[in-house]
Amino acid sequence: MTKTVTDVVCPFCGTLCDDLEVVVSDDGKDLLEVYNACAIGAEKFLHSQAKDRITRPRMRQEDGSWKEISYDEAAEYTARILADAKKPLMYGWSSTNCEAQSIGSEIGEAVGAVMDNTATVCHGTSLIAVQDIGIPSCTLGEVKNRADRILFWGCNPAHAHPRHMSRYSIFPRGFFTGKGHAGRKIIVVDPRVTDTAHVADVHLQIEQGHDYELLDAFRVAFKGEKLPDFVAGIPKEKIYEVAETLKSGRFAIIFFGMGVTQSIGKNHNIDAAIAVTRDLNEYTKAAIMPMRGHYNVTGSGQVWGWQFGFPFAVDLSRGFARYNPGETTSNDLLRRDEVDAVFVLGSDPGAHFPFSSVKKIYNLPSVAIDPHETPTTEVCKVHVPVAFVGVEVGGCAYRMDNVPIETRKVVDAPEGMMTDEEFLKRVFARVKAIKGV
Amino acid sequence: MTMAIRVNLITGRTIQQGVAMEAGKEKPAYTTACGIIELDPADFKKLGTFRSTNVRVTSNHGSVVVKAVEATQGPHPGVAYIPMGPWANMIVNPNTYSTGMPTFKGVPVEVDVAKNEPVLSSLELVRKGCRGELA
Repeated sequence: MTKTVTDVVCPFCGTLCDDLEVVVSDDGKDLLEVYNACAIGAEKFLHSQAKDRITRPRMRQEDGSWKEISYDEAAEYTARILADAKKPLMYGWSSTNCEAQSIGSEIGEAVGAVMDNTATVCHGTSLIAVQDIGIPSCTLGEVKNRADRILFWGCNPAHAHPRHMSRYSIFPRGFFTGKGHAGRKIIVVDPRVTDTAHVADVHLQIEQGHDYELLDAFRVAFKGEKLPDFVAGIPKEKIYEVAETLKSGRFAIIFFGMGVTQSIGKNHNIDAAIAVTRDLNEYTKAAIMPMRGHYNVTGSGQVWGWQFGFPFAVDLSRGFARYNPGETTSNDLLRRDEVDAVFVLGSDPGAHFPFSSVKKIYNLPSVAIDPHETPTTEVCKVHVPVAFVGVEVGGCAYRMDNVPIETRKVVDAPEGMMTDEEFLKRVFARVKAIKGV
Repeated sequence: MTMAIRVNLITGRTIQQGVAMEAGKEKPAYTTACGIIELDPADFKKLGTFRSTNVRVTSNHGSVVVKAVEATQGPHPGVAYIPMGPWANMIVNPNTYSTGMPTFKGVPVEVDVAKNEPVLSSLELVRKGCRGELA
């Protein structure tokens, strides 16, 4: 016999879908099927059942091979490299729950670490922009029930947030949006004809890297002022038309992604996008929201926000919290050789940092805490596999609109495996013993 | 006769990249999903080669061998796309310009045919890169 667990929360992207159904064996040990999830979410649940999964910590030997070690030895190594370092980097934190992030922050304070999360290569520049000029935002529930003008700028939810469009932004029928898709106008700004662009009413195929100009052009067009014939490769008639479409709506929402945060201009692109939203509020209700990637990157920003006052790139090495993107951010620290130990949890910088940074991790004392075998575990000295948060252990996560949702445990982790939280508690106990605090 | 072409590289997520990543980055499917460069048909013509040929992509920041495939979300002549992952990260611009954010999008690259060079797996690529064993 099997049983079906309903209302399961998906721990993949910032959409944090909460309507999954998971079929598990009667003893709660095997996960058999996943319903309602997107292809990526389903794969995440099913991969937890992989027969070749690594279930015990391991340490890299001189000859490059792995040697199995106990969780105690792994905790001892982790505590030792953190306590011995002058300025360790504790990076990741986005694929774990807020409970683990909280203990991680305590460790960071005890050892004087630099705490950074995946926003540093994702929406870090958005956070800088929000600190510059604020953000008029809303929840995804408001989008579903009210928004009739949807603008996707430099993001491709069809690939990165596969169920975002059907749950919130394009297709659902809400309280004031009873016609669903038919009642909404969808606009996509992207240098490629993305699969999201295919479901849009208007696609502006912008010249890559010219987002700032086009955003500014919209501010000009809202006011009916003169534009040059082309801005960022888009004819001015098109810009006036889209500006009018946005103004004529009852509720406009701008979703933006890596297309603006990672292209040249960075935080200034987001400044301009937020300014567009503010200007649009002269004519109608408008809001803007970053399309957060990891399911709990928003949560780590929340936890550090209330503990240290800053959402990423928090340098605790002087005994108090400092924040200076460009100086206290992971890639800058690694490239400038300013950290002397690396701790990674719930992220894969080995795959997603520029290689010049990855090479620095390889040459430092390093530990990766991750359920998967990844390029990060490949370059670290110790790999600590842990239970999957949201599959084998519950805990709090924040959706991209800053709504906290409690994830659920659906199956048991393999015998004897620890969770992030348990392992961090053990590390913290060792750190306290070493430091004598 | 083939000749190298210059294109503007962007990186990002694809659903194949997401699925393959969750299935295990050590598996061949991850290489199939991310060890590629999506080129516009017009750029293929300039490059003078068939689809599914291995190419070497070089920027001011590094070099990597990937398989050239036709753009799945085009047309976008002059723009090339490598899904986010270790292959793309060999050649993206690591400069953050004091924002903390490397410049993952908008990197000028040169693409040249490299029929006889293999596309390495993710772990092999990172391992060899760290040990300085890459060509």
